Amino acid sequence: MYALVVGAGKVGWNLARELIEKGHEITIVESSQRRYATVEEELEHAVQYGDGSELWVLERAGIERADMVIAVTGDDEDNLLICQVAREKYGVERVIARCNNPRNLAHFDLLGVKPAVSATDLILRLIEHEVPKYGLVHLLDLPQERLEIIELEVATGSAADGRMVKDLGLPDGSLVISILREEGGLVPGGDSVIEAGDQVLLVLDMGLEAEVTRRFVPATSEAA
Amino acid sequence: MFVLIVGAGRVGSAIAKTMLRDGHEVSVVDEDPESISLLERGENSGWEDLGGSFTVGTALEVDALIEAGIERADAFVASTNGDNTNLVIAQIAQRRFNVEKVVVRVLDPLRAGWYREQGLLTVCPTQVAIEMLEAAVREEVG
Repeated sequence: MYALVVGAGKVGWNLARELIEKGHEITIVESSQRRYATVEEELEHAVQYGDGSELWVLERAGIERADMVIAVTGDDEDNLLICQVAREKYGVERVIARCNNPRNLAHFDLLGVKPAVSATDLILRLIEHEVPKYGLVHLLDLPQERLEIIELEVATGSAADGRMVKDLGLPDGSLVISILREEGGLVPGGDSVIEAGDQVLLVLDMGLEAEVTRRFVPATSEAA
Repeated sequence: MFVLIVGAGRVGSAIAKTMLRDGHEVSVVDEDPESISLLERGENSGWEDLGGSFTVGTALEVDALIEAGIERADAFVASTNGDNTNLVIAQIAQRRFNVEKVVVRVLDPLRAGWYREQGLLTVCPTQVAIEMLEAAVREEVG
């Protein structure tokens, strides 16, 4: 695979190094002269000096034959533009953009640049996983498919506590895919009984989260 | 007409002042609170006293754009000092907020040209300068 990496900061440099080690052909473009000189000592001809949002720089780096363009500069505007021209002007099939400010994720979406990877957003999700609100954790969101997989902790005294899966009254478009408890996990049938303290994994259509969640939280916290 | 201008440098502030003088409603966004002084240079009263509005915010900040009135803007001018910033916010104005007239300043002729082909109204001062200089040279030599 020939991949073009734009931005030789910590992310870009490490990425390029790993990809080269895996046997891929890589060109990395860096716009700071000083940074370029540093990275060039290790990566030699694989690094080019120039502003990666200039079309002629991208062309000189061989964007027309690139299988993948990875834009990981510190500027979201630049990453957006680079990926947009890569896809729409040069027909590069796969692009990956770094999103520095998670508030900009909507812009990447609007311009059709995906996936956009935000380290801040990933860390926020990890924090959410560690400190879940009402025991709810988003494990996977599939916006294209309009599906999400969530993990819920079953609270004592909740509607689900002590009830069989088939009696939960879950809305259409939601399904319990596994129950995790101390003894281990199980893929439940309709007769499986849910207990307080269980971690329940569900797949559901987007928008059903509130309706599903209220069966697993204590009745008192519902209004919160 | 309600005009929203993002980027109050020499270009943005000059357009803002002209549009306001022509009787249009003008709202300006810039990340630098001091840039309002460019809008007030040569005027006897403050920009807001003259009827203009000014919002401090970075261009990609949707909240700032909304506060500045993008939802009811008839025209949008992207005139920050960054080509990529201008191209991104212009597309946000066009696609997300459906602003009818979107004008973008792009210094790089190549990017300006390609995005113009994609339907964005780009203005490239560099290209204009190239053409004027070329014409001037030809005229001199005959």
